[in-house]
Amino acid sequence: MMLIPCPWCGPRNEIEFHYGGQADVHYPSDPRSTSDEDWAHFLFFRDNPKGVFTERWSHAAGCRRWFTVHRDTVTNEIHPDDSASAARTVTR
Amino acid sequence: MAPRTPGADLPEHPDWLWHSPDPKPSYDVVIVGGGGHGLATAYYLAVNHGITNVAVLERGWLAGGNMARNTTIIRSNYLWDESAGLYEHALKLWEGLEDELDYPLLFSQRGVLNLAHSLQEVRDGVRRVNANRLNGIDAEWLDPHQVAEICPILNTSPDLRYPVLGATWQPRAGIAKHDHVAWAFARALDRMGVDLIQGCEVTGFERVGDRVVGVNTSRGPIRAGKVALAAAGHTSVLADTLGLRLPIQSHPLQALVSELLEPVHPTVVMSNSVHVYVSQAHKGELVLGAGIDAHNSYSQRGAFHTIEREMTAAVELFPMFARAHVLRTWGGVVDVTPDASAIMGLTPFEGLYVNCGWGTGGFKSTPGVGWCYAHTIACDEPHPLNAPFSLERFTTGALVDEHGAAGVAH
Ligand SMILES: Cc1cc2nc3c(=O)[nH]c(=O)nc-3n(C[C@H](O)[C@H](O)[C@H](O)COP(=O)(O)OP(=O)(O)OC[C@H]3O[C@@H](n4cnc5c(N)ncnc54)[C@H](O)[C@@H]3O)c2cc1C
Ligand SMILES: [Zn+2]
Repeated sequence: MMLIPCPWCGPRNEIEFHYGGQADVHYPSDPRSTSDEDWAHFLFFRDNPKGVFTERWSHAAGCRRWFTVHRDTVTNEIHPDDSASAARTVTR
Repeated sequence: MAPRTPGADLPEHPDWLWHSPDPKPSYDVVIVGGGGHGLATAYYLAVNHGITNVAVLERGWLAGGNMARNTTIIRSNYLWDESAGLYEHALKLWEGLEDELDYPLLFSQRGVLNLAHSLQEVRDGVRRVNANRLNGIDAEWLDPHQVAEICPILNTSPDLRYPVLGATWQPRAGIAKHDHVAWAFARALDRMGVDLIQGCEVTGFERVGDRVVGVNTSRGPIRAGKVALAAAGHTSVLADTLGLRLPIQSHPLQALVSELLEPVHPTVVMSNSVHVYVSQAHKGELVLGAGIDAHNSYSQRGAFHTIEREMTAAVELFPMFARAHVLRTWGGVVDVTPDASAIMGLTPFEGLYVNCGWGTGGFKSTPGVGWCYAHTIACDEPHPLNAPFSLERFTTGALVDEHGAAGVAH
């Protein structure tokens, strides 16, 4: 079991959360001039690191808010996201 | 009397099925990953194309990855023509594989039931049966009464929270003994002079421009005319060293077995909506699995609540299992794609081939992958059966969406 740090509720059991995958995947800024290849990458291609992954979780059975963490995909060591972009990503 | 050396009375070790030679400086083809797919590919490279100056490089021990961890369900009842072609080709190869490799694979065509628990699942199931039949694949739609005849221990009473409303039935589906499959291929390869090299991790690639000409490994550089990836859950790690992005995500997939029981379960039962699948191995243990853990992971382990949920589903469907015990649970690392179909074919790099994205369901396709991937490598062009599974389909939009047929991991 993982203890996942919800920024609002503190560390909680993984069963309360819903997984959102890679963080900071942005909708193409100019969709009309986006190539098929770039659409494909936006829709289907995500990072898949063996190591630290910056990812989204939603506290589905708690406060229901989305947030970002950095988790090691080998050890499950998990750290809250305190980067400058945190405020933006948590409200997205 | 002098103390006896421990083990002095033991018989000689039987002949090894394969050896683990040191790598040579160069090969015509280097295959990265010694699981079922890597071994089968080397086999058909030799048998169908006469290419034997080949090494299979395995970072751990032979077939110790997902090949050692899967629940061995073999079937070909997928929805789309593209999948039918590939999976049915594999199933036909399975039907002759024991003879061909002259080794007991315990391939048992005991059939698979894919249960429907809602009106939508009934419609999807009937549609799949019709699609399968149009593709020459054995498939029938069964009502709950017929389901109970095939699998009497299954609870088909209407009182269930999600009652069984019917099922698809593929009689030629079944299970096999995964380890034996790997050993049989390995023995055949060893006899043909193919190098199976264990404890040899590929850490990167040698390149001349956009051409891959070798690999760097934990045991030194090895030059190669062609390099074929068969690293399953670790494919992204390798592709990342080339800056090649792949639409796969690595997840834990868990399974478990009970203690050995008398034979009680005659077939394979899978349920997408209550999320469990069950068969009984030859030795007698119940073999159960369900879906992936939601998060990305290379840890080869998942959460206990995943196991707990699949047990709840299993006991609901098979009340008599309530008194069985879980003996062992384990996990693998599976590479999942957005359309639940595999990726097989060429890459943007000359001399580099990719086979990945088999996710939760690539054991059944082992001989089919070997056959088609060997063709792709030898001819520098996909076999017609794997042409639809190219990397380009994610850009062209020609996805092969098998989420329905692959709904629960298998
Ligand atoms: C719990 C579980 C249940 C499953 N149940 C079923 C089922 O019932 N039916 C079904 O059809 N499929 C099932 N699958 C899926 C199936 O096991 C896989 O799709 C299939 O085994 C993948 O092909 P493989 O055998 O070549 O993979 P693997 O056996 O994983 O082979 C890949 C090999 O590559 C090696 N490798 C990785 N990186 C490197 C490197 N850098 N250098 C050298 N070697 C490397 C790994 O060590 C590994 O041995 C299941 C999987 C799991 C985990
Ligand atoms: Zn919360």
